Amino acid sequence: MLKLTDVVTHYGPLRVLKSVNLEVRAGEIVCLLGGNASGKSTTMKTVLGVVRPTAGRVEFEGDRIDGLPTEVIVRRGISLVPEARRIFARMTVWENLAMGAFTRQKAPAGEVAEDFERVWALFPRLLERQHQLGGTLSGGEQQMLAIGRALMARPRLLLMDEPSMGLAPVLVDQVFDIIQAINRSGTTILVVEQNAPVALSIASRGYVLQNGRIVIHDTARTLLATDSIRRAYLGED
Amino acid sequence: MAEPGFPRWAAAVLGLVVLVAPLVAPNDYWIGVMARICLYATLALGLNIVVGFAGLLDLGYVAFFGIGSYLYTFLASAHFGLHLPFLVTLPIVIVLTACSGILIGAPTLRLAGDYLAIVTLGFGEITYLLLINLDRPVNITGGPSGIVGIDPPAVAGFALSRNIHYYYLFLAALALTLLASARLRHSRIGWAWQAIREDELAARAMGINTTVAKLQAFAIGASFAGIGGSFLASWQRSVFPENFLFTESINILAMVILGGMGNLLGVVAGAALLVSIPEVFRDLQRYRLLAFGLMLMVLMVFRPQGLLSSERRSQEEPEPEAGAEASSA
Amino acid sequence: MADVLAILPQQLVFGLALGTVYGLVALGYTMVYGILFMINFAHGEIFMIGAYVGWWVLALLLRAQVGGLHPAWVLPLMLLPAMLFAGALGVGLERFAYRPLYLRGATRLGPLISAIGASIFLQNAVMLTQGARMKVYMTSLLFPRSWRIQIAGASISALVIVMVVVAGLMMWGLHLLVQRTTLGRSIRAVAEDREMAAIMGVNVRRVIAVTFFMGSALGGAGGVLVGLYYTQIDFFMGYSAGLKAFTAAVLGGIGNIRGAMLGGLILGLVESLAVTFMNPAYKDVVAFVLLIVVLVVRPTGLLGETVAARAKV
Repeated sequence: MLKLTDVVTHYGPLRVLKSVNLEVRAGEIVCLLGGNASGKSTTMKTVLGVVRPTAGRVEFEGDRIDGLPTEVIVRRGISLVPEARRIFARMTVWENLAMGAFTRQKAPAGEVAEDFERVWALFPRLLERQHQLGGTLSGGEQQMLAIGRALMARPRLLLMDEPSMGLAPVLVDQVFDIIQAINRSGTTILVVEQNAPVALSIASRGYVLQNGRIVIHDTARTLLATDSIRRAYLGED
Repeated sequence: MAEPGFPRWAAAVLGLVVLVAPLVAPNDYWIGVMARICLYATLALGLNIVVGFAGLLDLGYVAFFGIGSYLYTFLASAHFGLHLPFLVTLPIVIVLTACSGILIGAPTLRLAGDYLAIVTLGFGEITYLLLINLDRPVNITGGPSGIVGIDPPAVAGFALSRNIHYYYLFLAALALTLLASARLRHSRIGWAWQAIREDELAARAMGINTTVAKLQAFAIGASFAGIGGSFLASWQRSVFPENFLFTESINILAMVILGGMGNLLGVVAGAALLVSIPEVFRDLQRYRLLAFGLMLMVLMVFRPQGLLSSERRSQEEPEPEAGAEASSA
Repeated sequence: MADVLAILPQQLVFGLALGTVYGLVALGYTMVYGILFMINFAHGEIFMIGAYVGWWVLALLLRAQVGGLHPAWVLPLMLLPAMLFAGALGVGLERFAYRPLYLRGATRLGPLISAIGASIFLQNAVMLTQGARMKVYMTSLLFPRSWRIQIAGASISALVIVMVVVAGLMMWGLHLLVQRTTLGRSIRAVAEDREMAAIMGVNVRRVIAVTFFMGSALGGAGGVLVGLYYTQIDFFMGYSAGLKAFTAAVLGGIGNIRGAMLGGLILGLVESLAVTFMNPAYKDVVAFVLLIVVLVVRPTGLLGETVAARAKV
């Protein structure tokens, strides 16, 4: 579904992505691992068109999308749950979700209502707080809102940037359960994470990004099982 | 005078040209234009300290120009009956105008960018309104009709009367202010200003007392305007509020920008251009401001670093296309 | 003292009328600042051009000797072209004088200088094409002086009532649009987090253009109303009116729509009260002093939140 080939991205004079090759097939959960400053967020931004790759190709469902403006790329069915949530603090929960459905303005009204129902079902706490301002929610609730907002667009590919960040462990488990549930209902997911064990526990495949390059690529099970990899790249033991 | 890339011999030639210029000028009118160039170049150098060195966007610089002019008038004309000699009035005006710089600069210390610009603009406007209205109940400023009968500069009994005299006086002052600016730039204050201009927070973290440095910028910049103001008053032999409108602030700012902010000779060249070009197109005088406005827009869009500057000063790290905060990679 | 009290109600009425118009024009500044963090210095000129368009419509109607001039149909006929023209002008400015600059990102000086250049350009363009002399709004032909009511010692003309109602309706309409519609939400999203809004699928450039259009259109409407009220317009009126409307926007909290309306009212009232007690020649000083005091003491304004003060020039 999504394919990055030899992608090079600069941030000002800095070459952040040196050569990234990665692929996400329909129906999968794939995770992209790496430490700080490895280029994970830049990869997300490159896919979304927020930054333009200096070289290489980004393809979505067979079409090239690198170079297209963000709002066009997003309309093809890609949604983002950004790092640190970044919900609209000055809007209510309901309005945030409505913004999520922005690309679906031409859709019949009934469908959007269905999407709201689906989000309420997934996150009953948000229903309770639907007229509260986003800025007043707790970290965990904001994460739910960010996910719900991304779902409102009925994406075919969901990008998630460090969903576990800043959350208590029990919340992290909840969030990843939800990610699995979303995937089971048909959405392909690419998760970028620092918390490798949790991400690998739900993914089918994993890539490890280091200094702007993919250094390892294997099935999640293999990655979790291989001690040397665990110690070197996943920061375990 | 270590201007980047400006060889000694070129400076010498320029100096020579400038010294003999009035002798080869077509007529007295053009000597007057040259004198005006020197006057405005001095003003532009003053603003350059505030805007170009310290990075403080001052849209009300004309206030200092006006204050300097009127102060000189109070001390050396029939208005209050004071006729202090030139060599006494000039220093007094410089000091007092510098003080006004501190007064106006003080409230702006916590502001930055657009807000600083607007507040200084406000002060410029207030100054103009005071100049035009303070003839009631007590006649201080002479109101809309200004004050006439100002003494010309006189040194050792010799009173300046012809344009050529003024030209050499203004030229000498310009040379001194150029020297002072160059010295300041490479002094401790100069480095402090540059640090503040680049990143005020970091400057403070380095231990620079930004409050003092900013006030110094305002004071010194204002003092140059005090010089310019004295010159204007004593040359024109009169002052009017209309000499100190907002458009004049923009005019002087344009000279600084045109020459490339911080670039000393560029600023002088900017002054030369902006004073002489309207003279060349005298017949099209009515279109002057129209062209000026257009020039500002075009300059900013196509060449914000100024015509004469070689550095790409305003090309800092480009933000990602949609322009929000940069998150870590 | 007694005569001051006697004219107080009348001054309050003036203040109210003026205040609603200040608020209307202030909205233009505040919307643009909220979305781009730049001060559209040329907004005052857009206001002035709106006043001229309104004048032209009225002059054309008078010249054509159309009978039965009644504000009920003439006023919309004046307002609509003024608003459309002003809106289009705003969009044009954004496209050619500002967009190339704020996209470059780093320096704050660029857009401001360009805006000042645009302001000077527009002032002089109008002066050269319309003449330097002021033009007169024949308001009394539209709103006969007899149309007024007396309340509590103040004489309120029909014009003032119409001004307050029209300005109030426009501000209310804008408020509704921003709070309740999808377009309004997209504007708020872009103002809050431009990148995220793009990721939601919002066409950020179009939203910015729409914001400019609306803010400028309201400024143009303000121009027509002020023209009717003061009956004299000239090419320079945008300068001080612009600064005052900007003061109102800052007073209320720049970027905040309700703040602009509140700030306008307060400024209008403060100004007319000040004029009651002191030399009217210093009227403008009141606004500038208020501006400086607000920016120094409470830059976020009455209803505002954070100040995006970037230090770079």
